[in-house]
Amino acid sequence: MEAAVSTADSVLGSVLEPILARHRRDPVRLLQILREVQETMGHISPAALTAIARALQLPRARVEGVAGFYSFLYLEPVGQYRVLFSDNATDRLLGNLELMATMCQKLWVEPGKVSEDGLVSIDTTSCTGMCDQGPALLVNGWPITRLTHQRVNEICELIRARKPLAQWPREYFAVADHLRRKDLLLNSVLEPGAALRAAIARGAEGWLAEVQKSNLRGRGGAGFTTGVKWEACRNAPGTDRVIVCNADEGEPGTFKDRVLLTSYADHVFEGMTLAAYAVGARQGFLYLRGEYRYLLEPLEGVLARRRADGLLGANVCQAGFDFDIEIHLGAGAYVCGEESALIESLEGKRGTPRIRPPFPVVKGYLGRPTVVNNVETLAKTVLVALEGGENFSAYGTAQSTGTKLLSISGDCAFPGIYEYPFGVSIAQVLEDCGATDAQAVQVGGASGICVAAYEFQRRIAYEDVPTAGAFMVFDSSRDLFEVARNFVHFFAHESCGFCTPCRVGTSLLKNFMDKLADGHGAKYDLADIEWINRLLKNASHCGLGTSAANPVIDTLVKFRPAYERRLQSLEFEPAFDLDKSLACARRMTGRDDPQAHLSSEFSSEESPR
Amino acid sequence: MSAEKKFLLDGKPVTFNDGQTILEAARGAGHYIPHLCWHPDFPAHGSCKLCIVKVGGRHVSSCAMPAKEGMEVESNTPEMNGERRALLQMLFVEGNHFCPSCEKSGNCQLQALAYDLEMLSAHFNHFYPDRPVDASHPDVLLDFNRCIFCELCVRASREMDGKNIFALTNRGIKKHLVVNAESGRLGDTDFAASDRAANICPVGVILHKRQGFAKPIGQRTYDEKPISVVAMECVKATEGAEEVKS
Amino acid sequence: MNGPKKKLRVATTSLAGCFGCHMSFLDIDERLLQLVELVEFDRSPLTDIKHCGPCDIGIIEGGVCNAENVHVLREFRQNCKTLVALGACAVTGGLPAQRNHLDLGQCLQEVYRYSLGVEGLSAGRVPDDPELPLLLDKVHPIHEVVRVDYFIPGCPPSGDAIWKFLTDLIAGRTPRLSHPMLHFD
Repeated sequence: MEAAVSTADSVLGSVLEPILARHRRDPVRLLQILREVQETMGHISPAALTAIARALQLPRARVEGVAGFYSFLYLEPVGQYRVLFSDNATDRLLGNLELMATMCQKLWVEPGKVSEDGLVSIDTTSCTGMCDQGPALLVNGWPITRLTHQRVNEICELIRARKPLAQWPREYFAVADHLRRKDLLLNSVLEPGAALRAAIARGAEGWLAEVQKSNLRGRGGAGFTTGVKWEACRNAPGTDRVIVCNADEGEPGTFKDRVLLTSYADHVFEGMTLAAYAVGARQGFLYLRGEYRYLLEPLEGVLARRRADGLLGANVCQAGFDFDIEIHLGAGAYVCGEESALIESLEGKRGTPRIRPPFPVVKGYLGRPTVVNNVETLAKTVLVALEGGENFSAYGTAQSTGTKLLSISGDCAFPGIYEYPFGVSIAQVLEDCGATDAQAVQVGGASGICVAAYEFQRRIAYEDVPTAGAFMVFDSSRDLFEVARNFVHFFAHESCGFCTPCRVGTSLLKNFMDKLADGHGAKYDLADIEWINRLLKNASHCGLGTSAANPVIDTLVKFRPAYERRLQSLEFEPAFDLDKSLACARRMTGRDDPQAHLSSEFSSEESPR
Repeated sequence: MSAEKKFLLDGKPVTFNDGQTILEAARGAGHYIPHLCWHPDFPAHGSCKLCIVKVGGRHVSSCAMPAKEGMEVESNTPEMNGERRALLQMLFVEGNHFCPSCEKSGNCQLQALAYDLEMLSAHFNHFYPDRPVDASHPDVLLDFNRCIFCELCVRASREMDGKNIFALTNRGIKKHLVVNAESGRLGDTDFAASDRAANICPVGVILHKRQGFAKPIGQRTYDEKPISVVAMECVKATEGAEEVKS
Repeated sequence: MNGPKKKLRVATTSLAGCFGCHMSFLDIDERLLQLVELVEFDRSPLTDIKHCGPCDIGIIEGGVCNAENVHVLREFRQNCKTLVALGACAVTGGLPAQRNHLDLGQCLQEVYRYSLGVEGLSAGRVPDDPELPLLLDKVHPIHEVVRVDYFIPGCPPSGDAIWKFLTDLIAGRTPRLSHPMLHFD
């Protein structure tokens, strides 16, 4: 027995040692260490948690707390093949749940459980960013797109035959760019270093002034002016400034960053270097969402090439400044798209948003002044460097300069990436993507705005319909209540649980939406739903909570009958099936007489006898 | 005149020093703003959201928001108290707060605040969590079903006791407290009943064994005076610790 | 502007409770005499009327733990203009609800089949007499089963709290309970 234990210890040690050494036993790198341990061992055992904590000189409870936060880290054994079906509203339109049910049936496993032989586990996961080629899944972290029944059958065969992933057909893992409409950015050809040299020629202050002239605003949705953010960081007290590229593209329905990182990675890294030059930063991070793990090696390749070309590292472009970029992988936590949660995660902690102020530009990564910019924002600074701020601002509208990438999916003929000057109308976009029967568009993802047909003349711009880029089309056959319910489930799953209104409110809201969906809805519930919406909006700690109610608020206004038709009562209904809650007692007693049942309806039986 | 800085709290002027938050300044001036996760000996945490106030039409956490000259702050209004009551109701349904069987009853800040805000029912449907209790420690019992995630024990153990006995794991509604041991048991840690972390829980998670129900009903901390009064007396008496020794 | 003179009709019952709240109700002592000037009792342990007729006020003690509780609660809701949850069990599920983290099937097995000797309480069988109401898998506060208008927390609420509440209600004032009458234990 003792021998067995020490063998287990030495196996663990031989797995851990190279990973710990590679990360210099740095506790700040905890999340990366946990992720890599899991990639090797399948899950993170209690013994592994203890060993990692000891090696990093961290309290074990803290390591457990971090590991328990991220969806893609498992503290209990999972299947040798871990299949996660993307469960965005757009995957639902394409029948993902039916495909998952088929797979579960064929492989004899219940959703969320591990098969008895430990071979496979199957579950759903939040949007994997493949909405233009769904339904999609991740198998051991690798994406498979364009699922059909045939493909699901083939996958089941491969799993049953225990074929290693490396031997699966390569075409399963093909991810297309689907560039449908190109404009300024997507048409631009960057000779690596050209934008950087143009900026250096202006000097750091001149370059910053150029960015301010462009009036470029953040493409992650909030729309903060990039030049102002950079200047605030440049002027913040402290040294060792940091540039972070936020590639935690978790907003359901958004996939433009995936495409930029696939085919425009030089734009993105050059943009980060341009930001570093402007603010005087030496260190950069690309925070890549765990779902895009498959992009890690290609991106590392681009970084290596840029280092070899003198565009990263010491004395960048011989301009006398040092800057390098490291890629940090997420592990399944939407909230890490919030910049202060992202920084916590970079520091190897739970992704809990910080109290602001102080803002990251003043106190960010390890307390240092930090700029966090979206992938698209950074890519666009390349255009500003090459063409000048004024030329950039000539595009789009006065308050929303330049172009915007839209990630279009759902009920349309040509899903994919569309680049438009800001100010384009939703109707125009719908025409271009071949959406002939749209009843609604969810712009900006689950946290965005549900735009009904009567509003299709509205425009994509910060001053009208702002967006991080998601554009999900729903045709007249779709049920907008179910769409909203899908988003509510998403927020309940992704809430970090820090503040009361979001931790409890998102789950309460989910329960109410499920109550309506299960046929137990009452008019009374709509008032409760509206009350919870208000608490989420008013009292939440961060944007996740304040926007978690958006899909319900919008659809309750614009598609109210979709809710009302589900009501069973105009007054009150219990949230559960009373007769079903007697089922266990019926089974235990073997009774099935009339007294052993409860009608679900308030009926005459209860009137005076 | 002096250069004293002031803001208005429910129409009353409150002076403050630079760096003070709305809650700290209000408290210093003898005005109670409800709170659960805030504690005078620790930096603001901002998780319970009971201290929300309205400033210029926007909701902010008064424990974390620096006071500014001329601010108009709404706190003790039907609107804010209504939202606070709903937040309390969320905390009540999320955990298992069966007061009649809880040793902390009468000395519990969650319960006392519910009295103060006239919370008569939990309104929402209960979640009935099933988190096993931990009685492994010789002197202290843990009932995780009452946790409100203020992290005061986490913070006190880390920052004052230097022990890191507690941490939070998982997320969302599944978030819960864990103990710093591979077994997960408090008895396998160096936790002591004299630790600050053992005496800071505002609710009934961390309980001292063999001391329950020592004080009869009627003589407990919040039996005689509401929490809004007790809290302000603590400010005057000690300018410090506010937790209640049961 | 004189208020109605007609006596209000009141019904009370105890579901999954211990009748402690009813005992506390009796603690209003001699004020009971004042009360009967203002109200008359329908179904209640005080009257032994078996079914609730149309009433102004229904007062429920105890949570909902079995099928019979559901029938009685619905009868009250259908007949009472105002329904009041009285005491911790009606308001929160209370002590009976502390079984909610256990599996009902396992509980019944343990009690009737395995515990208390070799054959359990009832010779290895879970009692199945149709006269016995079946247990719900969870115990619920009454507001999870029907709409409830007012809540009086407390285990039990004091006689003073009940008196304050009823006199408010009867006089047409929205009842309010605050410190020290408002307590949960």
